[in-house]
Amino acid sequence: MKISYYPGCSLEGTAIDYAASIGGVSRLLELELAELHDWNCCGATAAHSLNHELSLALPARNLALAEQAGRDVVVPCALCFNRLKAADQALRGPERSRLGVDYRGEIKIWDLLDYLTQDSLLAALAQKVVKPLKGLKAVGYYGCLAARPPAVTGKADCENPQNLERLLTVLGAEPVDWSFKTDCCGAGLAVARPDIIDTLVKRLYERAERAGAECFVVSCQMCQANLDLPQSRIARNSGRDYYLPVLYFTELMGLALGHPEVKQWLKGHLVDPMPLLRGKGLIG
Amino acid sequence: MPDFLNQTLEAAPGLPERLLTAGLTVSACFQCRKCSGGCPLSFAMDLLPDQVVRLALLGQDDIVLGCRTIWVCSGCATCTTRCPNAIEIAGVMDWLKEEALRRGYPSPQPGVTRFHQTFLETIRLAGGRLSEPVLLGLYQFKGGGALAKIKSGAMREELRLAWELLRRGRLKLKLPRRLQGRREIKEIFARSEARGEK
Repeated sequence: MKISYYPGCSLEGTAIDYAASIGGVSRLLELELAELHDWNCCGATAAHSLNHELSLALPARNLALAEQAGRDVVVPCALCFNRLKAADQALRGPERSRLGVDYRGEIKIWDLLDYLTQDSLLAALAQKVVKPLKGLKAVGYYGCLAARPPAVTGKADCENPQNLERLLTVLGAEPVDWSFKTDCCGAGLAVARPDIIDTLVKRLYERAERAGAECFVVSCQMCQANLDLPQSRIARNSGRDYYLPVLYFTELMGLALGHPEVKQWLKGHLVDPMPLLRGKGLIG
Repeated sequence: MPDFLNQTLEAAPGLPERLLTAGLTVSACFQCRKCSGGCPLSFAMDLLPDQVVRLALLGQDDIVLGCRTIWVCSGCATCTTRCPNAIEIAGVMDWLKEEALRRGYPSPQPGVTRFHQTFLETIRLAGGRLSEPVLLGLYQFKGGGALAKIKSGAMREELRLAWELLRRGRLKLKLPRRLQGRREIKEIFARSEARGEK
């Protein structure tokens, strides 16, 4: 199977661990991710906050490139996915003539998690699990913008998505139910207002702990960064001791599939997941 | 408490009509306040999202274009998703930010505004992709206030994070690939800015 791949800027930078695990896992699943040639930044929150026109024109160029490549495209970043979908919608409506982009809308834009958890792929994955993640209690934490707003993302289950839980079950882990799987982490406010992130994320830590989780499983690198990077700061400022590793779903897939480079990927995290995984006998 | 609460406000035309032109139907609001009930950022706001919608409908330009709410909104779109009248509330917040800058309202959250501006500037400078270290460097450099940050300990925390990321290879001090389409990107920026100024 071959599909176009739009990594997005973070996956070339602070989320290279996410990128590495996606590459590793897709090879094991015999899925060829063909990186979109000459892709550009989607404009992210900055563009849709300050310049509506730019927030459509930047992703629209990527859509045209993807359509030229002639395949559906998968997107691992929640925000990039959302912006590509928003541009796709705009290019099907009255804004089309103004944007002047050659795009017929004949390709499908996939959120990577949705793509990898299609029934057929989960069934194939189940056959390849060599090390079930027995006893690992995790809450699924979905990127806001992969789900919302449904008018853009096309997801009917945006208030209670289930894909991470379905995946965790196939991998042999124990998905823990909680009510905050799509609550916002504060996203791009991390640099200008870290205090806001600390308030939002501390709530998430406490709710995850209360639900009985030992770690977060995420499908968005912004969520990963906001839950992982400030954990020691939040603990220090609140006089608490948190230990909640924040794992990408692709890292857990790699672990269950026996990928040899999992340890390398996990070294990118600030909250070291090794003690948790060693304690469960899941990694040497 | 914002000072408009116990005043009689004179409804003014203009703003609601302009929002409508952008597909933002604030007049559809029947004040159920579901948007504010579900907003995760409401603790950091001066106006609640339903108040922004209502005041926009009443044409209270100075209040809504000068408020903190539009800048601390993270754009998570919980409000948009839950609005029973399909008002794109997160889109209203974006529209108001763009309008506030266009009309020269000083941002009550200068750091947030500068971050967005620096982000776009970085994409443009780098020719189409974002360089995270350039963004963070430019943002710090333009912001000033380094002394206050050193005093408050914020600088130390930022440097600690940068170091942690650097030694894990997650902060690479090199520029992103120069795109073949960089001229196209330049045109996209020029066109969008020209349209934005209208």
